Amino acid sequence: MVQPADTAWMLVSTALVLLMTPALGFFYGGLVRAKNVLNTLMMSFAALGAVGVAWALVGYSVAFSPGTALVGDLSRALLQNVGLQAQGTIPHVLFMAYQGTFAIITAALVSGAVVERMQFRAYLVFLVLWTLVVYAPIAHWVWGGGWLGRLGALDFAGGTVVHINAGVAAAVAALLLGERKDYARQAILPHNVPFTLLGAGLLWFGWFGFNGGSALASNAIAALAFVNTMLAPAATLVAWMLLDLARTGRVTAVGAATAIVVGLVAVTPAAGFVGPLAAVALGALAAFPSYFAILWRARSRLDDSLDVLAAHGVGGLVGALLTGILAQKAWNGVADGLLFGNPAQLGIQALAALAAASYSALGTWVVLKAVGVLVPLRALEGREEALGMDVTQHGEEAYTSGEGAILVLSEPALPVAQSRLVAGGKQA
Amino acid sequence: MRLVVAIIRPEKLSEVLEALFRAEVRGLTISRVQGHGGETERVETYRGTTVKMELSDKVRLDIGVSDHFVEPTVRAILSAARTGSVGDGKIFVLPVEKIYRIRTGEEDEAAVTPVAPVT
Repeated sequence: MVQPADTAWMLVSTALVLLMTPALGFFYGGLVRAKNVLNTLMMSFAALGAVGVAWALVGYSVAFSPGTALVGDLSRALLQNVGLQAQGTIPHVLFMAYQGTFAIITAALVSGAVVERMQFRAYLVFLVLWTLVVYAPIAHWVWGGGWLGRLGALDFAGGTVVHINAGVAAAVAALLLGERKDYARQAILPHNVPFTLLGAGLLWFGWFGFNGGSALASNAIAALAFVNTMLAPAATLVAWMLLDLARTGRVTAVGAATAIVVGLVAVTPAAGFVGPLAAVALGALAAFPSYFAILWRARSRLDDSLDVLAAHGVGGLVGALLTGILAQKAWNGVADGLLFGNPAQLGIQALAALAAASYSALGTWVVLKAVGVLVPLRALEGREEALGMDVTQHGEEAYTSGEGAILVLSEPALPVAQSRLVAGGKQA
Repeated sequence: MRLVVAIIRPEKLSEVLEALFRAEVRGLTISRVQGHGGETERVETYRGTTVKMELSDKVRLDIGVSDHFVEPTVRAILSAARTGSVGDGKIFVLPVEKIYRIRTGEEDEAAVTPVAPVT
């Protein structure tokens, strides 16, 4: 039975989650150098297209059709039988679209590990293959009737499916591609921190649809998830600012943007399962592992350029485990965690995280190797990387003055009378 | 004829321009430059990366003047650009071989003597 109220909320949520991918583009785009910002933005925007189409054609069926405990079948490929009939209490097409927005942002998240050096053609192929081979099966395990869901793993909005998965995939991709030629040799500084803050703010806004919408209904659990999505990142932000103060004596803006994302990631699996005060505790606790993971990464040889592993992988793992500790049946009506007398839940959470991480690592490795056979994964290391991806991959620059540019006419010039008219118009 | 080259703090530019105006120094060129003059480096932190910013933003003034204008020019800059901390900048006074005003073809002193504004 399709319910109007639920449908209305899910329509809004779907749009909110879709907005997160451009937001992620700006979050990432601000953190790279000016010569790579278009490429970094395009890595997110391209996912809106490539993953969106791949999801409708095949991905949705792999994730959300009966199949086996490990993977769905092709009974819903090309959107067969995905019509206006109810899926839960919303139209099936809407459910498909809502899940599609998750697939899009998960693939885009991985791009943070390969910015400033990956061939764009190779990235496009990677997006599609990774969504079908890695994302869709893990989504099936947890939400599509697969084995982790049946086991009782709690993942409200995708801490494991989206964030642990993307974090691990990012680390594997960074290892396989290798470090940027300037990494650890030159200071590589964010070129537009305001973009990063803007992106973090818009991500937070969109995340209300990501977590609140994961109730798949306009009900009390949606309200709980919504409130927790407000409180947990607030607590992470406070903890992060204090850590910054203690370490450098200054609260940094990039740190604040990072903290918001880490808090959102950590509360994702827990959103509809824990009480609001537990969400505050979860948010504050989640700051510590990611904060120190970022410090460690910067000193390591792992060029996970924008810290996808530290923010999403570590944050997602902490969130998944804390869900197993802080979940409370009095709030969610589903399961208790360790603190409320159900230690087994923590074990299930750890198992789900481990399974998703292992499959993601293996699958990402295979996909990247396969893509590498078709197209070189990296841009030419010396010249293209030095010039920047914007010019070499896209033939555009983000910030141009037009000085020194000579107009090359590629179309026949206008007749004289008409061109005078145009020039005259400009002068007036 | 001398060329007075001054490197100053960007935040002191308006005060210096005002002082030069009061000293009746009219013709000048400014450019935004970066440099290092022994001041303590600024430390910035981006996530796990800590960097020392070796070069600070400065403004460079190029002022061509006749000999008797050198002292008032230098004094105006000295008083207006000084904060007392390291990094206030430098003033160089260089001899100039030849000056032309492009509009009229006037040379030397005549080329750097301001004309009365056209009314």
